[in-house]
Amino acid sequence: MTGAQEQKIRQTLDDPKLQLAIYSATGRLMSHRKAVVAPEVLPDYQELRTQANLVKRHAIENLDYYLEQFESQVVARGGKVIWARDAAEVAAFLLDLARQKGARLVVKSKSMTTEEVDLNERLEREGVAPVETDLGEYIVQIAHERPYHLVAPALHKTRFDVADLFSRELGIPRETEIEKQTKIARSVLRQKFLAADIGVSGANFLVADSGAVVIVTNEGNGRMTTTLPQVHVAIAGIEKVIPRAQDLAVFLKLLGRSATGQPLTVYTSFLAGARRAGEIDGPQEFYVVLLDNGRTRLLADREKRQSLYCIRCGACLNHCPVYRKVGGHSYPGVYGGPIGSILTPQYSGVLHDPWLPFASSLCGACADVCPVKIEIPKLLLALRSEVNQAQAAAGANRLERFGFRAWAWAMRHPRIYEMMGFMGSALFGDREKWIRRVPRLFQYGPLAGWLSQRDLPPLPDRSFRQLWRARRKAAKN
Amino acid sequence: MPREDILHRTRTALGRAVGDPPAPAPPPRLNIPDMDLEQRIASLFANIEKLAGKTCRAASPAEACAYIAALIGDHSSAASNAPFLRECGITDLPSVRANFASVEELRAFCAEAEFGITSADYALADTGSLVLFSSQEEARMISLLPPVHIAVVPRERILTGLDELLTGTPLPAERSSSMLFITGPSRTADIEQILVRGVHGPGEIHVIVV
Repeated sequence: MTGAQEQKIRQTLDDPKLQLAIYSATGRLMSHRKAVVAPEVLPDYQELRTQANLVKRHAIENLDYYLEQFESQVVARGGKVIWARDAAEVAAFLLDLARQKGARLVVKSKSMTTEEVDLNERLEREGVAPVETDLGEYIVQIAHERPYHLVAPALHKTRFDVADLFSRELGIPRETEIEKQTKIARSVLRQKFLAADIGVSGANFLVADSGAVVIVTNEGNGRMTTTLPQVHVAIAGIEKVIPRAQDLAVFLKLLGRSATGQPLTVYTSFLAGARRAGEIDGPQEFYVVLLDNGRTRLLADREKRQSLYCIRCGACLNHCPVYRKVGGHSYPGVYGGPIGSILTPQYSGVLHDPWLPFASSLCGACADVCPVKIEIPKLLLALRSEVNQAQAAAGANRLERFGFRAWAWAMRHPRIYEMMGFMGSALFGDREKWIRRVPRLFQYGPLAGWLSQRDLPPLPDRSFRQLWRARRKAAKN
Repeated sequence: MPREDILHRTRTALGRAVGDPPAPAPPPRLNIPDMDLEQRIASLFANIEKLAGKTCRAASPAEACAYIAALIGDHSSAASNAPFLRECGITDLPSVRANFASVEELRAFCAEAEFGITSADYALADTGSLVLFSSQEEARMISLLPPVHIAVVPRERILTGLDELLTGTPLPAERSSSMLFITGPSRTADIEQILVRGVHGPGEIHVIVV
């Protein structure tokens, strides 16, 4: 962990206001979810999860087929598919398009994928102004921060923070009432929507049999972005593809419930191409950017490829005891929480942030609530093992490895093991109360990380093997 | 070429070759509950009201028209070209404009209008959703830009839910470039998790079943 990361975590832990904000927001999202997946209201919840898992697995394992099907359906309806290997290719396409259209202003509905590729900075650098239009995203954009949570980007901001921000950035009197703040954002962003040349959205799903992009939002930012500008560009990771429109019956039921506890999000747009002949409004051009950015590398691992099933509902963040303490800005990369802890190391390499898979208690709450049943704890363990192997290959952790090797050797030699136990209990038995205090001596030095948080229990007078022998002898007599 | 590159890497990762057919897909999961019309209407209304939407059951088209006339008063209102609105006489109300000559005119009017009036292709009982396909009858902006949305739906268009919709319309893309579900008024909880209605879309929604 870098010093900056450690400092960020300490700051979050030491900030009671922030702790309360994270705790209450995630707690509320948890209880909302619980109310709508309860057996009384959704008896087939578990069957829906199983089906979602099966469909995602099928889509991922036949991904090339569904990507090509998706592309041919988009093209058949006059749309265009752009394949992008990385962040630079996404930005290059958009900048080129903006130049062609003479576009200066781009409105964006919420998209984590564009966060992943730093699209906003890349556009700004070339003189194109991107404006986030989801209220939470707008707040973090003008605060020059990144989203704190997958579905609640400004979870860490209070109404007073927002009042300061709006007053500073918009040059208006300070307004602390949330309803009025929302109205302010509405009118500012309404003008942007009406003036924008290009609308950029993400995609919750790409539907292969329809060539359609599915976007769900509660505020209407997704609809505005894909209705008012002349050009609609959807940017999505290749893993977002699902085979059939009919599969939405399963995914839409799970997504809204898992994310915010809504049986269905307010607006669901199923968009298959630009405005057609006879239709009154809607964009005149439709582009879908399919992004790789490390996904095909991830796909090669049979076990870990299930990380690509994620539908970004954020339920694992809300239920994670670690996320709920350290918050969304303590994680490296744009995806925080348990899903981020398995995605980020796979996208950027396990040695980039080797501590990340270890920052989990493996309690399993994330896997219990995942609507597509990703086995997050299992993947965290697999990543831990990869980190260790990679570090060993690089010659790190010699002491730890030596310790475990010695231990393994002793375990394989019962007589020696027993003799060590005998000596140990003679030297460090319970008679000697000082043994419990040994870890305190190691608050500094190479063993501090391990010992400062642990007790050293005294060795018992008689070992298990001795007890066992005595018992057998007694039984014989 | 990025396209070939990505597809090649995908196939290599999955151990598949060009042109390999997909493995058999798990069958879609669609369950249609048995609900008669009265149950569907009751469920639709209960779900809309839960989201703070307003509901009205009109015995006749004329009653629907009277409800709307009282609601909009002399506020400027945009109506879609849906034949059902005409049948109800809604497009003849003095403060209602329909049949816009161009998309620019529609947009300018909707940006200022107080009410947007549409019909709906379907309504979904189990979630309280309206389903609108974009067409020459229904423009997207009318249910989006004005602060209040009014939808008038003939009762036979009420389906049990998403499963029934997607069973009857397995390929929505063949019908329109845009299928939209509207489930309650526009809302946000992005600041301190406090619910506020009417962010970008309408903050108020009325559903009238005829």
